[in-house]
Amino acid sequence: MSSAILNITARFLGPVLVLLSLIVLYRGHNLPGGGFIGGLIAASGILLIVLAKDWHGLERSWWPNPLLLLASGLAVTVLSGVIGLLYGQDFMTGIWLPAMELPLLGKVKLGTPLLFDVGVYLVVLGFTLKCAQALGEEFWK
Amino acid sequence: MLTLYLLGILAAAIPLAAVFGRKNGLLRLVLLPLPAFAAFLLLAGFAAPEVLSSGSVSFSASWIPQLGVDLAFNLNGLGLLLALLVTGIGTLIIIYGHGYMGSHPHSNRLFALLYLFMFAMTGLAMADHLMVFFVFWELTSVSSYFLIGFQHKDKGARDNALQALLVTGLGGMALMAGFILMAMAGNSWLISELTLVGDEIKGHPQYFAILILVLLGAFTKSAQFPFHFWLPNAMSAPTPVSAYLHSATMVKAGIFLMFLLYPIIGGTGLWTILLTTTGSITLLLGGVYGLCQYDLKRILAGTTLAVLGLLTILLGIGTEKDILAALIFLIGHALYKATLFMVAGSVDHETGTRDTRVLGFLRKSMPWTAVIALLAAFSKMGLPPFFGFLGKEYTYKASIAHEWQWLLTAILIVGNAMILSLAVKAAILPFWRTSQGSLPKVPHEAPWSMRAGPLLLAVGGMFIGIFPHTMDPLLSAAKSAAMGYSLETEIKLWQGFNIPLMLSALTLLAGLTIVARNHWLESWTTRIPESISGRVYKGLLNGVMKFANWQTRALQSGYLHNYIFIITSVTLVLITFKLWRFGGLSNIEVTGSLSPGMVIVAVVMTVSLVLAVMTKSRLTALLALGLIGFGIAYIFAEFSAPDLAITQILVETLTIVLFAWAVFKLPEFGRPSSRNTLLRDAALSIVTGVLVTVLVLKSQTLDFGSAISGTLTEWSLAKAYGANVVNVILVDFRAIDTWGEIVVLTIAAIGIWSLASSRKGVKKEGNK
Repeated sequence: MSSAILNITARFLGPVLVLLSLIVLYRGHNLPGGGFIGGLIAASGILLIVLAKDWHGLERSWWPNPLLLLASGLAVTVLSGVIGLLYGQDFMTGIWLPAMELPLLGKVKLGTPLLFDVGVYLVVLGFTLKCAQALGEEFWK
Repeated sequence: MLTLYLLGILAAAIPLAAVFGRKNGLLRLVLLPLPAFAAFLLLAGFAAPEVLSSGSVSFSASWIPQLGVDLAFNLNGLGLLLALLVTGIGTLIIIYGHGYMGSHPHSNRLFALLYLFMFAMTGLAMADHLMVFFVFWELTSVSSYFLIGFQHKDKGARDNALQALLVTGLGGMALMAGFILMAMAGNSWLISELTLVGDEIKGHPQYFAILILVLLGAFTKSAQFPFHFWLPNAMSAPTPVSAYLHSATMVKAGIFLMFLLYPIIGGTGLWTILLTTTGSITLLLGGVYGLCQYDLKRILAGTTLAVLGLLTILLGIGTEKDILAALIFLIGHALYKATLFMVAGSVDHETGTRDTRVLGFLRKSMPWTAVIALLAAFSKMGLPPFFGFLGKEYTYKASIAHEWQWLLTAILIVGNAMILSLAVKAAILPFWRTSQGSLPKVPHEAPWSMRAGPLLLAVGGMFIGIFPHTMDPLLSAAKSAAMGYSLETEIKLWQGFNIPLMLSALTLLAGLTIVARNHWLESWTTRIPESISGRVYKGLLNGVMKFANWQTRALQSGYLHNYIFIITSVTLVLITFKLWRFGGLSNIEVTGSLSPGMVIVAVVMTVSLVLAVMTKSRLTALLALGLIGFGIAYIFAEFSAPDLAITQILVETLTIVLFAWAVFKLPEFGRPSSRNTLLRDAALSIVTGVLVTVLVLKSQTLDFGSAISGTLTEWSLAKAYGANVVNVILVDFRAIDTWGEIVVLTIAAIGIWSLASSRKGVKKEGNK
């Protein structure tokens, strides 16, 4: 299942999708987007690349291991909850850094809800890739 | 703080034993018993003087303040007695275990579990808060489970371990319920405070329930009839475990509980009747059981049952004299029974058998063990000057003072006579009679590590028998704690020629007669039917298993078709119920209008649906379903929910892509279902669909109170610094819900992974 058009499209569109997913993830707090959507976009980008090449791409060592993504995603969400505890608040209370002015991004506000969203992003990405991997193993080996 | 140090030492010993307990050598012999011995010294040297002078040592720290559970400890005389027995005998058991286990590859597990048990039991002895008590109580059951099932490759041992766990665990549940009721009735969770309001609890309307539930816990733990059957089966544990848990300490936990709660719920007419009846049956049953056995450990298990029954009788009568007698008997029994079990273990270890029918003349080859057994047996037979004699004398002294003296005394004489004859059968005959035939191994003396512990306990039993006043302070403290008021106690070995002494002589005579006639009792051995309660247990367990199998087969059929059918049917039933509850089909009106876009989407979706159902090509069905998904996304967008719409489109796309990947590998797209099944499924889906629509329409006419959505929108930017309220709800307001969802996602991913892996395994096997 290799086609030149798909190959070339994937080579450009894949990374673009992954980059887009990060933007969607970041802007989610104020505009449509967020971890769920971002994770799904990233997964489509990666799957596009894999589709264009072959299934074994998903198992190469440089590729993110889906289970590792799932585990680190959960860990990140727990961490974002624990930070509230460290500040003497309840578990998962939102803690925000003061707003900063950064070049390109403008006014930036960072806080534990964003960190939590990063965790969601990782879990959704990991889940989708794991499903794809399981299907691939089932049908293409 | 002392209580915490004690628990800390024992808790720290668990991992240490697990790490260093495997290598057989002098180092293990020296180091392993140290924590237990340190705990014993701490108790004897620091806790004991304080308890004896001031009545108790207490400590309290906040544990779960939201639930009012404090880590409250209160070491009184009773607890001190129990803790001393646990750590003292525990030290000797660990030394014995060193010799007994030798180089067994899993000996470290045994030692770690023994320490876990010691930790639990010491905590139990000191706990003041009912819930803390309960936690330690259950921990003893759990450690007992692991220890009985130590030979885990033996199915019998596993079954027996499970039996003990289920029986004591169910009793534990009853106990917890009883504790909760008791705490509510007495308005306190602390045993030390509850003892002050005992009369209030005894007069409480729920006293009956409290008493029955608490006694269920105590009776299952202390193997009282009809829950006695697990104890003889627990003998499949290694012998150090039987000596420690199932004779000297754990089975005493139930007795200890009854002692401890005596001032709170004891002494009423109901208490007396329940305890004396149950105790009497257990005493006689245990004696007869022991007489019918020829396995050394099972004989001893029978006497343990008998003694537990006897203690329960004494507690049931519950005068000062009885409590004292019970305490003396308990100490005496702990000393001689642990000894006899260790002796039985040594005999088993050195001769290869525990069958009393072939054991004989071991005094020649095992002289030390023979003497130790003799000392312990004398104490058990209640001969002077051993401590067992005092136990028996004081028991008779208490029983003849009771109004039903003739009946109780008769039961006690029969019981004691049987215990006496069992002592002869298990601990004297194997050593002193003539040889009975060849043994599996050539017998020789046990190593010193296996002689030291029993020797010390046997000599100790003689020492405190000759100098009983050494026990006076401890007994006074324990008795005061059990009675609920301060008392001085003085016990004497020789009390002159009185009725108890004559009863003792009668017991001796009766016991020796039983020994002489024991051959016909033994001939019953093969004929005893399994006990009725044992059969009831088996029946219940099988019933539960059968039910579990049946419902698994019915619900988890493995066919996707069945799962969807069940889920949809249940949904249908629930929707119907909801509709009926909110007044059926009345008040439903369709309001509002549809935009042209919505009309087009609705038409497209309906056509796609028909196409998906009717088509003969899998790819067409797939695309048609995808179209429905995109239609839903459009509806979301129309109602200004961009986040939902985007998610829907992405999910739909990914699903189609993944499915398209697999579609070529699937078998041909046939119609596997019969016509009738198809009709059934179609009817179910249509009815469910219609009802869902009705429910949605209906819900618009209902007033559910003010919606939270307005408040959330208001707070979103002001309090959570986010303009996208959907996202703020997901990651901030309801972050824990989201967290739950992503955990579910992870679990699902692991499930998919294992499904794929298991299929791979099947394929590989098929290729071979």
